[in-house]
Amino acid sequence: MSTNEPALKAKIGILALQGDFQEHSSILCSMGCSSVIEVRLPEHLNDIDGLIIPGGESTTISKLIENYDFTTSLEDYYKENNPIWGTCAGSIVIAKSAVGLEPWKPLNFIDISIQRNGYGRQLDSFQTSLTINKLTSKSAFEGIFIRAPKIISVGKGVEILSVLDNQDPVAVQQKNVLATTFHPELTRDFRFHQLFLDLVSKNLLDQIQDE
Amino acid sequence: MDQDPWLLKTGLARMLKGGVIMDVVTPDQAKIAEDAGACAVMALERVPADIRADGGVARMSDPGLIEQIMESVSIPVMAKIRIGHIVEAQVLEALGTDYIDESEVLTPADENNHVWKHDYKIPFVCGARDLGEALRRISEGAAMIRTKGEAGTGNIVEAVRHMRSIQSEIRIVTGLPEDELPSYAKSISAPLDLIKDIHTTGSLPVVNFAAGGVGTPADAALMMHLGAEGVFVGSGIFKSDDPAPRAEAIVKSVTHYNDPAIIAEVSKGLGEAMSGIDIKTLKSEDLLATRGW
Repeated sequence: MSTNEPALKAKIGILALQGDFQEHSSILCSMGCSSVIEVRLPEHLNDIDGLIIPGGESTTISKLIENYDFTTSLEDYYKENNPIWGTCAGSIVIAKSAVGLEPWKPLNFIDISIQRNGYGRQLDSFQTSLTINKLTSKSAFEGIFIRAPKIISVGKGVEILSVLDNQDPVAVQQKNVLATTFHPELTRDFRFHQLFLDLVSKNLLDQIQDE
Repeated sequence: MDQDPWLLKTGLARMLKGGVIMDVVTPDQAKIAEDAGACAVMALERVPADIRADGGVARMSDPGLIEQIMESVSIPVMAKIRIGHIVEAQVLEALGTDYIDESEVLTPADENNHVWKHDYKIPFVCGARDLGEALRRISEGAAMIRTKGEAGTGNIVEAVRHMRSIQSEIRIVTGLPEDELPSYAKSISAPLDLIKDIHTTGSLPVVNFAAGGVGTPADAALMMHLGAEGVFVGSGIFKSDDPAPRAEAIVKSVTHYNDPAIIAEVSKGLGEAMSGIDIKTLKSEDLLATRGW
């Protein structure tokens, strides 16, 4: 990675309501990000250049989002075209529709339908090697699926970056929004985080050009 | 068992971090806990306060009840087995429970041996009073640790003692020169390889929650300040006057443990907490934390 990459000086927020947010922040710090912010209240979203919504329990995270007027702030953040990445529970929270999240509603930041615990309970959790388009090197990425959600449909304009052997999409992207149903943050493979930081850098450069 | 899926077992505990795991005895309570924002529930026939009051032998709960609770919620469901009870562990694995708590709250089945947890695909959480005990459990395959505290008392003092011990012993290990690690490992009866691991990383290799005596939002936040990565609440919720608001308040206080204004706000008007017990008035044979080694 180039040391003058804009994302390294950018403010990266990680939604820290519940879940494995520290695992994400520890990887970003290892990669050289100088400003990683734990987002617990809406005002923590101010000036954030990229937001990660981590793994955890999507019902808990959704409930805590409902408090303190967080939904509106997240929607405003999304509408400004800022990069967002949801992993596992995070991918449920940002989906267009989420089966099993009731009574909570997902945020509709990416045009996918997703089913909570789509592969079953903990006994059905699994680990598998994935091929991911867009990664700088093509070697396999270790996919860790823990009580993972299943993407049951994707809308037009959603790019599929990786699928399981049965063709279920597990990594998808729509413009500046990424969703993965597995946990790159539980590995020491930083390539997916790099993909996200590249989005952040590109977005920052585009903003400078616009001004 | 062909492989020990360590990353999947420890990984689920990582997903529970920053969350509250609540003891429930009926599907209705499980639903209340889920709606209040619990990240998992512990399915039980009796909460620890009642086990303490009833006396006698406490065993694994009725599998039928555990199954009903599993069907009633979408969040992970844990259940307890007696220390060293291999068959209770096999039964919970056959049921497909998400996590097994090998718990001192139930009457131990084996006073010498804990379950060899590497043999199971289901992850285990175990209680610990200090670093040595935590590392002995991890070497047997525990994928998550919690303080023992003193369950069913509504008194946080033992959980504080246990969390402070674990954290201060971790700091000692981190500061020792390498050639003093074997002697320190011996002094706390901990496996040397895990002590070396902590010396390098500065932290436990698995997630560490607080448990045993949490009664109020402030108790839960206190444990987070002391280094807990999440909180179990046993009798504290459903033995209080008004469980749903208290459950919700404890969830918020764990997320916002660093924000006293929010803890003040959520603590207002919760009604009576569960009535507590001064640990000093308990006879030594009534202490649960001394079960296991």
